Amino acid sequence: MNDQATAPFVPTIRPAGLCGMLVTFGDSLTEPANRAALAFSAAVERAGLDGVEECAPSLVSAFVRFDPLHQSHADLTAKLTALLEDQDWHAAPMPTGRRFIRVPTVYGGTHAPQLEEAAQAAGVSVDVAKADLAEARVRVQTIGFAPGQPYLGLLPEHWNIPRQTALTKAVPEGALVVAIRQLVLFSVSNPTGWRHVGQTALKLFRADSDDPFFLRPGDEVQFVPVEADALDRFASDPDGGAEIEAIT
Amino acid sequence: MTALQVHRIAPGVTVQDMGRTGYLAYGLSRGGALDRVALAEGAALLGQSAGLAALEMPGAGGVFEARDDIRIALTGAPMRAQIDETTLVWNASHRLPKGARLTIGPVTAGSVGYLHVGGGIATPEMLYARSAHLAAKVGAAISDGQVLPIGPDNGAETGLSLPTDARFDGGAIRMVASFQTDLFDAETRGRFEATTFTRDARANRMGMRLNSDGAGFQAKGGLNILSETVVPGDIQMTGDGVPFLLMAESQTTGGYPRIGTVIPADLAKAAQVPAGKTLSFRFVSRDEALDAERRHRAYLASLPKLCKPLVRDPSQIRDLLSYQLISGATSGDPK
Repeated sequence: MNDQATAPFVPTIRPAGLCGMLVTFGDSLTEPANRAALAFSAAVERAGLDGVEECAPSLVSAFVRFDPLHQSHADLTAKLTALLEDQDWHAAPMPTGRRFIRVPTVYGGTHAPQLEEAAQAAGVSVDVAKADLAEARVRVQTIGFAPGQPYLGLLPEHWNIPRQTALTKAVPEGALVVAIRQLVLFSVSNPTGWRHVGQTALKLFRADSDDPFFLRPGDEVQFVPVEADALDRFASDPDGGAEIEAIT
Repeated sequence: MTALQVHRIAPGVTVQDMGRTGYLAYGLSRGGALDRVALAEGAALLGQSAGLAALEMPGAGGVFEARDDIRIALTGAPMRAQIDETTLVWNASHRLPKGARLTIGPVTAGSVGYLHVGGGIATPEMLYARSAHLAAKVGAAISDGQVLPIGPDNGAETGLSLPTDARFDGGAIRMVASFQTDLFDAETRGRFEATTFTRDARANRMGMRLNSDGAGFQAKGGLNILSETVVPGDIQMTGDGVPFLLMAESQTTGGYPRIGTVIPADLAKAAQVPAGKTLSFRFVSRDEALDAERRHRAYLASLPKLCKPLVRDPSQIRDLLSYQLISGATSGDPK
């Protein structure tokens, strides 16, 4: 994430549809903004505000779902403003219980057909692209889009590549895709505008399990290159051959 | 426990209730019935909770048989329906005798119909709800030959109907500005409101593509904005400026800019627009949207009072003798 100190961003509170409010901690993805979003979302949850029905962090915001007939926009805004003033949210610590997870990944080839295209967009050779992605130790910034699906970042600046103009019809479960200095690992097969550069055997969402979501915000992940036939070996392992250690 | 035997089923039929809340932070959208009004209507007709699960039938239904005498209600998009040879009134409750064959054909208006049973469809809960969430691979579409358990029915009344409303033909939809509306300039917003959109045939539970002639609707900042929380009713623009209306099974976050959010009171109408029919969108103020929400909830709460007995033509009653015609006199069928 951006390491440079930037001018402090004054958090904003904006409506998200009729029954939602979005409290935003940055206009671009920085580590302090991400930490603020995670910590503030947890704080709203703990505060048990009247009329608030659900709270969820995104990359740099906390989304608050509420009943607008039970609690007016103005009153909720006042309460969220008061909570914002409680502390310097940009300085909040990372969530506890974080883990470092190394996930076997096949780059390029038929498993991940857009590595070359993505490398071109980033202005590097395929080999450099593969090395960039394989060496990056990225952090789960939020879980979203699909169940258990992480947004991970940040990649080096030259990976600030745009999404495609048209959607790829579907990438498979376990697909590693890239855009705007971030990686997303797909938890279910879905259409996407991001480019498919790697493939894993990781099952991120296990609907039948007591613990259905594998990754949590704050976890750190490295996508370790393996040969294409390794995926078959991990097919029966829901962790996809991943090695997990606690971050202390 | 009684059950509903599914002999044949149209593609994409699922069990749906009000969906799952509390999983947004884990990337799982609420899901649940596309037409929540239809769930409330079914509950009113059967005198039971709107939280019970029903079958959501996109486009067409199937052929069913009950293991015991049960009560059913048919709501949402009107479909051709029969019990054996008798045609059924839509938006009404009926008795489905044991062994009789319930056939639900294609829609005649709208896009999604609902089959409710007295006691609700009682398939096992998954993550605290019965809704299939196809996009998340939670549950799956119903298949031929499946047997659906039915919960205990505490009611007995059938033969009630509700007036059909006007939500099955597309038309004007209200939306509110949202946090990315300003990414679209005034000219683009104005043109969006002035455009008549046709629902694309490929709509599903995640969303529907809205087709129109002329230029796309581009946002400033284009394809590099940060992914941000999505709510059902959001209208997002993909890179080529084509709007998608996001529905019950939408993704929870997304990076395509959103021009506005359909108000909850109009979501059922938007979901019911048939393929090839048209929708148009208009921004309303927050106050107007809140007023619409108040009226909408009052309407849903009034549904039980709006239920009226079906006017029956005795010649059309298939098993006249089994009805209790006069209090105290019973049918000729000893039980």
